[in-house]
Amino acid sequence: MNALASNAAAFLDAEPWRLLVWLAALLGFVALNAAYLVWVERKSAGRFQRRPGPTEVGPAGLLQPVADGLKLMAKQLVVPAGADSALFRAAPLMVIAPVLMGLAVIPFGRGLAALDLNVGLLMIFALGSINVMAIMLGAWASRNKYSLMAAGRMVSQNIAYEIPMLLVVTTMAMVTGTLDLNQIVAQQAGAFWHWNLFRLWVNPLMPVTFLIYYACMLAETNRAPFDMAEAESELVAGAYTEYAGMGFGVFFMAEYANIVLGCSLATVLFLGGWHSPFGLLPGLAWFLLKMYFLVFSVIWVRWTFPRTQFYVLLNLSWKILIPVSLLTLILSAAIIKIPKALS
Amino acid sequence: MNALNEIYSGFNSLLVGLRITLGQFFKPGVTVHYPRQTLKIPRRYRGHIELVANPETGKPLCFACKLCERACPSDCISLEGVKLEGDKRKTVASYQLDFTKCSLCGSCVEVCRDGAIRFSRDYNLAGVAKEAFCMDLVQRLREQLAAATPEAPSPKRQAQPEIPHPRFSPALARARNDAPPAAVPGPAATVAAARMTPAFGAGSMDALLPRLGPPATGRAALPDAHCVGAKQGEGSIP
Repeated sequence: MNALASNAAAFLDAEPWRLLVWLAALLGFVALNAAYLVWVERKSAGRFQRRPGPTEVGPAGLLQPVADGLKLMAKQLVVPAGADSALFRAAPLMVIAPVLMGLAVIPFGRGLAALDLNVGLLMIFALGSINVMAIMLGAWASRNKYSLMAAGRMVSQNIAYEIPMLLVVTTMAMVTGTLDLNQIVAQQAGAFWHWNLFRLWVNPLMPVTFLIYYACMLAETNRAPFDMAEAESELVAGAYTEYAGMGFGVFFMAEYANIVLGCSLATVLFLGGWHSPFGLLPGLAWFLLKMYFLVFSVIWVRWTFPRTQFYVLLNLSWKILIPVSLLTLILSAAIIKIPKALS
Repeated sequence: MNALNEIYSGFNSLLVGLRITLGQFFKPGVTVHYPRQTLKIPRRYRGHIELVANPETGKPLCFACKLCERACPSDCISLEGVKLEGDKRKTVASYQLDFTKCSLCGSCVEVCRDGAIRFSRDYNLAGVAKEAFCMDLVQRLREQLAAATPEAPSPKRQAQPEIPHPRFSPALARARNDAPPAAVPGPAATVAAARMTPAFGAGSMDALLPRLGPPATGRAALPDAHCVGAKQGEGSIP
C-alpha cells in the first residue's frame, strides 16, 4: 500500500502529470474562490448593513453560488451584431488566463508552488498587464460606445496605478534582493517581526509601502472605492455591458481571482507567506489565513467607502502614491547602498 | 507640511470609517425575515373595517342603520339587517365590503354611533383574484369568534400591547423572533374552527344567514362573481 502510494506520488511528480494536477487544482481553486467569495461578499455586505444576506438557497444561502452559476451557464452568449466575434469571445479567456498563470508561481506552502520560477514576481506583473488589454479588446470588440468609454476609464485607471505598484514591487525586490517568491518567503522566516511589513530597519516606510501596494491592488482589480469602470449604480456594467451569460461570468470570476492573486502576493511580499506569526508550525493554513484576512479586508473596504470621483482617483495616484512610492524606493536604495559605499 | 497633514488626516478618516463599519458588522441584524418573522402591528393600525361583537352576548353590535353605507364615498359597503324574534332592534345579517374600491378614509367608522365597526389590523392583503377582496364581514366576525377560545375576553379588550417603532436593539430583535405572526389567524385555522363551532348564538345567526357555499375565510366569502353592488345576500333574507 505504501509502495503503491509512493509510486503514485512519484508518477504524479513526473513532469507532464505534475503540471496537469496543478492546473486542475488551480482551476478548481480559482472557480471555488470566485463562486464562494461572491457568497462571502454578499453575506458580509449583509452583515455590514445589518441584514442577513442570502438565506433562501440551501442552508444560509450556501447553494446560492451554484444557482447563480447554473443560471449564467443556461444563458445564451449573445454576440452583438457587427461585433468582432473572435475578439469578443477571446477577451474573457484573456482576462482569466493571466490570473491562473500568476497563481502558478505563488508559493502556498514550503515547496508548494506549481512552478518554482526564479523570476516569479516579474512574471506575475508581466502577465498582469494583459488583463487591462483584454478588457479593452473585449469592450472594443463588442461595438458599443459605452463599453469603450468604460474601458478607456479602466485603462487610464490601471495605468495610473500600475506605476506606484511597480515602484513598490521594485522596492521589495531591492530589499529582498530576489525576484523568487519562494526565497522572499524564506527570508521572512521566524516570528512576525521578521515579516517584511515590520522590517523597519530595512526601510522605515515599510508599512506605507504596504498601504500603497494595497491601494494599488484595489485599483488594479477595479474594486470599490475605485470601481468607476463598472460602477453598478451609474453605468450598466461598464466595459462588460454587451456580455451575457458565462462571458460575463468569466469576467466576474476573473475579478475575484485577481483579488485572490493580489492578496496572495501581498501575503508573500509583506506578511511572511506561509510562516506563522509566532515562528511555530509554518504551513499552508497560515498562508490561507493571512490571504483570506486580506480578502475580507477588501470586502470590508468596499462596504465602507463610497466610490471616488475619477479625477480624485487619478490625483491620488499621480500626486500622492507615485511620489511617496518613489520616496520609499530612493530611501531603501540609500539604506542599502550608503553603508556599503562607506565601508 | 500642509500636504503631509492632509494625507495624515485623510488616512485617519479612512480608519475611522473602517472602525465604524466593523462595529456594525458584529451587531445583530435589524431586518425582519418577513414571511418567517413578522412585526406586531400597532394598535392604531387602520386596515379594512370589521364588525365588533358585543362582549357579553357575542353578537354583532351593528343593527343595520346603514349610516356607514350612506357615508361611504366609494360606495363599497352594502349591508342588510334582520329583525330577530324578541329583539327590539335589527341585527346585521349580511355586511359586504368591496375592498377593491375602499380608500380607507374611515368615514364609516367615524359615522357609526355605536362603535359597531372598527379598523382591523389585517395587513396581509395579497390575493390572486379580485373576488378575494369582497369581504363578508359577518362571516369574518363569526370566524374570529370561533377562532377565539370560548372563555377568551371580547375582541375589544383583547388589544395587544402597542409595540414601539422598531429601534435597533438586540432585545427587540429577540422579541420579534418570539412574536406571534399577524393579528389575524391563518385562513386554514379559521376555516377549520368555523366548521367545528357555530359561534355566536348557535342557531340564531347561522340559520338566518344565506348559505354561501363551502365555508370560506372572511376575505374570500363570495363564491361567485366579483361583488359589484354586493347585494347577493338580499334575496334569501326572510
